[in-house]
Amino acid sequence: MTNSEKNRLKDKAFQVFGIFCTFIGLVVLAIFLIDIVIEGVGRIDWDFMTSLPSRRAARAGILTAWAGTLWILVLSALIAFPLGIAAGIYLEEYAKKTKLSDFLEINIANLAGVPSIIYGLLGLELFVRFMHLGPVLLVGALTLSLLILPIVIVTTREAIKAVPRTIRDGSFALGASKWQTVWNQVLPASFGGILTGVILALSRAVGEAAPLIVIGALAYVPFVPKSPMDEFTVLPIQIFNWTSRPQAAFLTNAAAAIIVLLLITFLLNGIAVYLRHRQQKKIKW
Amino acid sequence: MTKKQSKLEANNLDAYYGDFQALKNINIAMEEKAVTAFIGPSGCGKSTFLRTLNRMNDYIDGFRIQGQILLDGRDIYATDVRVDELRKEVGMVFQKPNPFPKTIYENVVYGLKIQGIKDKKILQEACEKSLQQAALWNEVKDKLDKSALALSGGQQQRLCIARALAIQPSVILMDEPASALDPISTAKIEELIHELKKNYTIVIVTHNMQQAGRVSDHTAFFYMGELVEYAKTKTMFTSPSDTRTQNYITGRFG
Repeated sequence: MTNSEKNRLKDKAFQVFGIFCTFIGLVVLAIFLIDIVIEGVGRIDWDFMTSLPSRRAARAGILTAWAGTLWILVLSALIAFPLGIAAGIYLEEYAKKTKLSDFLEINIANLAGVPSIIYGLLGLELFVRFMHLGPVLLVGALTLSLLILPIVIVTTREAIKAVPRTIRDGSFALGASKWQTVWNQVLPASFGGILTGVILALSRAVGEAAPLIVIGALAYVPFVPKSPMDEFTVLPIQIFNWTSRPQAAFLTNAAAAIIVLLLITFLLNGIAVYLRHRQQKKIKW
Repeated sequence: MTKKQSKLEANNLDAYYGDFQALKNINIAMEEKAVTAFIGPSGCGKSTFLRTLNRMNDYIDGFRIQGQILLDGRDIYATDVRVDELRKEVGMVFQKPNPFPKTIYENVVYGLKIQGIKDKKILQEACEKSLQQAALWNEVKDKLDKSALALSGGQQQRLCIARALAIQPSVILMDEPASALDPISTAKIEELIHELKKNYTIVIVTHNMQQAGRVSDHTAFFYMGELVEYAKTKTMFTSPSDTRTQNYITGRFG
């Protein structure tokens, strides 16, 4: 075999291997999805969506769970969005390159890798025990905000960094202050990117069960939360609870709840993809 | 050079990026309502000097200057000078056209809006006047609400000039304003510079010596952070007094 034949063979071999690697993830995911859908889709109906939890599988619904998930989604967004974006702007636009800013930067990156259950313990200690707030929605949202804050900060910085230096120069040269430049030029130009990051972070928060279980969110909440100071449950906790029951009917319930949870996260990811696409179409540097 | 008043002056100016000295003891006086060109090879300090004239280097970590820069006799690095006020007086046009990703109208009135001017009538009048001064009005008057990014490169650069004119500066700094443009757009920019020098003091950095010859009244040759020679453009190009200048303008290096 000549060298060039060998090279072509290697090339071909890698292509096949690459296709295999690409599909292995997709196939596993597809099998999982199909299994869940077959198991659960028949269970989803109006009653399932609007019923309170129950000891009897056939009467149990996920009203409190998805209402709790939506509450958590909105509250976490309200908390993490301004904090994360402000921190990102500060680090990228204002902070001078010093040892301190390097230290902050490395640690924010590290925080993004801390397991979520640790954030749950932090939330338990800080908000539930120290601040005596109890295992309420606000505490859940605060805890999840801490969890996604590093991601929001990092994506905000990436989006801001993508705005060319020349745009800032143009604004400064016309007499704009730093804040005017950030507010009028940098933020509008990077907003799509920032929003994309925030939404992806939120879709991660929505899927979390562990930190919320640690702070004391309950599986059985017989009412829909009316204020941020009410106790709550969320879809992942409800799913976790149902899958640990022995009865097959509860497993069907869990599968149906998983479909609803997946729809929520797919919807969020879809919005993120749409925003990014629109941003790319609108602004070409 | 003493016939007209000097608008901008540098006295014993040194500039540093950290430990690197980018400008060495620059002394120069630039005439009002005339065009002064800075020429010299890459890295000679001409752009650095241009950017000290409206303090655009302020945000660069480690940048500092010693010496004085006077605008109408006032030290622009004095502690009581506000940078935003200075930049209203000294406008700037960059190498690469950098319109904001907004409408043409929003681009022109941006400088006025950030000063807090909200009156639609004032803004619209300023927009038309500035675009006319920048010889762009006829091309864009029907699409002021269209994105500035849809304009050609040459139009974008004239828009950036209009944007700088809108805040009524007395000095306009241009950092190789035509180097990213085609010959026809370049000619339009040069024509515009001729027109503008009736009312504005213009300082232009250029790599293109023919351009310096065509547009400027005075030329300053920078080399390795030093101002080697500063003279009437005609004199400089016909009988330079320094051999380094001669070598550069005859194309022996650079």
